[in-house]
Amino acid sequence: MSWFTESLSSSLGRKLIMSLTGIFLITFLVVHVAGNLQLLKLDGGESFNIYTKFMTTNPIIKTVSYLLYAGILAHVIYSIILTRVNRSARPVKYAYEKASTNSTWASRNMGLLGAVVLFFLVVHMRSFWFEMKFGDGVPMVEYDGEDYKNLYALVVTAFSQWWYVLIYLVSLAFLGFHLSHGFASAFQTLGLNHKKYTPFIEKLGLAFAIIVPILFATQPIAIFFWTQTGALDPSVYEEMIKTAQLAGQ
Amino acid sequence: MKLDSQVPEGPLAEKWDKHKFNMKLVNPANKRKYEVIVVGTGLAGAAAAASMAELGYNVKAFCFQDSPRRAHSIAAQGGINAAKNYQNDGDSIFRLFYDTVKGGDYRSREANVYRLAEVSVNIIDQAVAQGVPFARDYGGLLANRSFGGAQVSRTFYARGQTGQQLLLGAYSALSRQIAAGKVKMFPRTELLDIVKIDGKAQGIITRNLITGKIESHSAHAVMLCTGGYGNVFYLSTNAMGSNGSAAWRAHRKGALFANPCFTQIHPTCIPVHGEYQSKLTLMSESLRNDGRVWVPKTLEDAEALRKGEKKPSDIAEEDRDYYLERKYPSFGNLVPRDVASRNAKYVCDEGRGVGTGLAVFLDFRDAIERDGEDVISAKYGNLFDMYQQITDTNPYKEPMMIYPAVHYTMGGLWVDYNLMTTVPGLFALGEANFSDHGANRLGASALMQGLADGYFVAPYTIGNYLTNVPYEKPSTDHEEFKKAEAEVNERINKLLNINGNKTVDEFHRELGKIMWDYCGMSRTADGLKQAKKLVQELREEFWTNLKTIGTNDELNLTLEKAIRVADFMELGELMIDDAFNREESCGGHFREEYQTPEGEALRNDEDFSYVSAWEYTGENQPWNLHKEDLIFENVKLTQRSYK
Amino acid sequence: MNLTLKIWRQKNADASGKMQTYNVTDISPEMSFLEMLDVLNEDLLKKGEDPIAFDHDCREGICGMCSLFINGKPHGPSQTTTCQLHMRSFKDGDTVYIEPWRAKAFPVVKDLTVDRSSFDRIIQAGGYISVNTGNAPDANEMPIPKDVVDEAMSSATCIGCGACVAACKNASAMLFVSAKVSQLAMLPQGKPEKQKRVEAMVAQMDEEGFGACTNTGACSAECPKDISLTNIARMNREYFGAKASSENV
Repeated sequence: MSWFTESLSSSLGRKLIMSLTGIFLITFLVVHVAGNLQLLKLDGGESFNIYTKFMTTNPIIKTVSYLLYAGILAHVIYSIILTRVNRSARPVKYAYEKASTNSTWASRNMGLLGAVVLFFLVVHMRSFWFEMKFGDGVPMVEYDGEDYKNLYALVVTAFSQWWYVLIYLVSLAFLGFHLSHGFASAFQTLGLNHKKYTPFIEKLGLAFAIIVPILFATQPIAIFFWTQTGALDPSVYEEMIKTAQLAGQ
Repeated sequence: MKLDSQVPEGPLAEKWDKHKFNMKLVNPANKRKYEVIVVGTGLAGAAAAASMAELGYNVKAFCFQDSPRRAHSIAAQGGINAAKNYQNDGDSIFRLFYDTVKGGDYRSREANVYRLAEVSVNIIDQAVAQGVPFARDYGGLLANRSFGGAQVSRTFYARGQTGQQLLLGAYSALSRQIAAGKVKMFPRTELLDIVKIDGKAQGIITRNLITGKIESHSAHAVMLCTGGYGNVFYLSTNAMGSNGSAAWRAHRKGALFANPCFTQIHPTCIPVHGEYQSKLTLMSESLRNDGRVWVPKTLEDAEALRKGEKKPSDIAEEDRDYYLERKYPSFGNLVPRDVASRNAKYVCDEGRGVGTGLAVFLDFRDAIERDGEDVISAKYGNLFDMYQQITDTNPYKEPMMIYPAVHYTMGGLWVDYNLMTTVPGLFALGEANFSDHGANRLGASALMQGLADGYFVAPYTIGNYLTNVPYEKPSTDHEEFKKAEAEVNERINKLLNINGNKTVDEFHRELGKIMWDYCGMSRTADGLKQAKKLVQELREEFWTNLKTIGTNDELNLTLEKAIRVADFMELGELMIDDAFNREESCGGHFREEYQTPEGEALRNDEDFSYVSAWEYTGENQPWNLHKEDLIFENVKLTQRSYK
Repeated sequence: MNLTLKIWRQKNADASGKMQTYNVTDISPEMSFLEMLDVLNEDLLKKGEDPIAFDHDCREGICGMCSLFINGKPHGPSQTTTCQLHMRSFKDGDTVYIEPWRAKAFPVVKDLTVDRSSFDRIIQAGGYISVNTGNAPDANEMPIPKDVVDEAMSSATCIGCGACVAACKNASAMLFVSAKVSQLAMLPQGKPEKQKRVEAMVAQMDEEGFGACTNTGACSAECPKDISLTNIARMNREYFGAKASSENV
């Protein structure tokens, strides 16, 4: 092994990867939530669809998105490796343990929280990303003479179902807990601990863990609410999808 | 046997330098042909093992704890003395030497003490280079405090954990040599005998405390750095595992035991609270700087306090007896350890003790009123917390209760100037030897001596010894090893097969009580005679009525203790003999028959200015006394007075 | 007071063990926890049963030899060493679970006694400053700022008891290792070999089979000497810096 791979396969090296990918995913969350706020405009999906096209076609963004997939993959793989190592470090468990007095629940259950978030990610990607890329049921829409995929239709259709919204809300809560430990922890792992800044980082992490999931949650909630009040009519969009699917066949 | 201290000729200040030059050296290439055994990994042992290995010798180091880092040197709180004179307050090597000799009540060897003072400065340098974080002032230079009534500030300290930091320094040096393959470390291994071949110490027999395996180790020289024997009293500030067995086994193999009755009783310990008590905890002496020691004037008040009918605050100022301030107006609460201890005993014997009856108050009320709680807390916060943790009383609100406890043993294996015992090739370092503290040790001197012996004395003198030793070391198949192994096995078998009814702890507790009552803070001829009889009887009972369990081939805590207590049973008797023989009072040894009209220790320099070195002559046989006369050429003998 | 004790009994390293129940009566609240065990052991011995093996030595909270996982926490309910824990922390009728430290790197030797020599080997890997006896310059030759030395002292107070490992859900030794790495890296004397030191100590730590850190903070919360998590951050910093820039390939 070269010094580099050797360093990365030490306990600290693996933690470094977790930390760096974690921070990268955190920055992604910021971008993602900011973009998704377009969904809160009741403009029939125009700004959201334009934004979507930009995000899926811009070469720089595309490169970053591959990095993102790699980041998620690394974060997951290394968490599995670390969990295995960590489990094997204590082959015999305690008969009685009272860890709640010395650490937070989230900090001890990052693997579980992460697994739920990952599961959510699969559902989420299947519903939107997969349909966008490979699905044949995405209707098209035209703004100013240019063609756009109408992802908005998919979103509205999905969020008009209460159980789908519920999956989102629960998963976002898990994401919040994951972040509540992960945010500050990433900095600690990097060695960025300082009397002056650490308290700030910890507070920022907590705020992030609350605010970002709430912002994400506003979209399914709002859309579900609008479909209930009639501000949005999901059947219009369902119709579009059906038409597109038929056309695709 | 003629005792030859091997002190070099010449002026005091030049002896060590001259001696170092005159000693023969082992060629660097030949050092690796020698192997040295170091038993014990406290300050003396770890320092010696590391230093010898650095020089190129092969070292085998042994300790009974699970790691060399746990030796009881770690518990020393206060600090370490060194004649650096960084504070420009008139300290010097000679002053440290003088204070140590005087503090030891003129029962130590001048040349050894001077050398100790001389190398004290190197210890600080060495420790700092190892990364020991001694306290510093804002300018970044080392801080000092005055300690134990010294008139200069020469004590270096690392919070209240100086012993810990110095030990971890020595342990790190030792670890480095273990990694380098120069030291082979044997933790959880206890010495059970010394092996002599042709009159020289050539190895040891050990027991692996996990498997019970009895093993032989041969070497060109053996160093005992095994600490003191304070646990003969059962209750002491020593660690639970601290024992006198290594020294005692050496003694039985021909090493003379010197001044065994010189034990130090520390005045400020947390009092005993019950029969089940396993050890005593020291509270730093520095508390006496601000605390006032008192008991009630009347027996009635004392009884009311003991019964809980009155609280300390119910006792009016005029009904309190600040007995140290009353008897010693100029030193007050800061009298030396032995004086403070003895007076606590007196007032408790009168029936004026508080708590269980064996305790006096150490009161911070006035200090808190004068300086405020903040100031007192800044000075003693950690000690107050510790006290509260153990006793569950808040010393800011109620006075502390303290009582003296056995702390250190000045006596030990007799060694010459080279730290070699009367068995050639067998060396004793640190508290295990007798050499530097006379009849009383000054505060912050134990750390100094352990490290001086380990880092700066023994590595030279052992080299000198080895120049006359052939490279080839005896095989562990040698008949002497086989004989010693057989003896050890027999002893263990005997202990495991007594099938009696009394546990080791019960015997140990009884022995401790006899020693404390008759050979503790004050002693009388009659009491000592009585004690000798009691110890002999107890020893006999021990060998006929001891209850043990299990086998040798396992981790057997009962057996470990039994082996140690068996040796204490013999050592205790020798302490009594020595105390009986020394018809004078000096330092920690107070014979009630020999006191000034004011009740102070009365030395007899005419007849007792000697080291009593006892020779073992056989099981249940009287010891032979050898005397090493103490000659004082550089200090004038005076009577201590603290009035 | 009377207590029910559930204690791990294991004949030796190779044997399998189990929790066994004992009753102790007339326990005084003044007793230390270990004195309570002494009383039980005397009792067992009198009954002809094998006393319970547990490590202890100084009984004043500094040697680090005592251990015990008591009622789900290392060193029991208060943040101190077991030898300084007193029975007044318990109530009449309580059930007390007593287990050995659990970690692959701390195998059980007998009953409650574990083998912590892995800690020694980590120190041997580099937890020292290479200075032979007699090599030292005058102690005051190199001024060290007071706050630096105070901080180093705080790290140096570690007693090597292993409570951090016992408390950590991953049986990670990072608090122990980082305390020594920090102490020596902060002091000017320790700087010349700081890169080599941190690399070697971390490698040894991994080899011993300790888990990785997930920054739960349990170690520091349970540390009887209050060693701070800052040390772990500092070690990480030192390690990544060393890996990136040292000459050790």
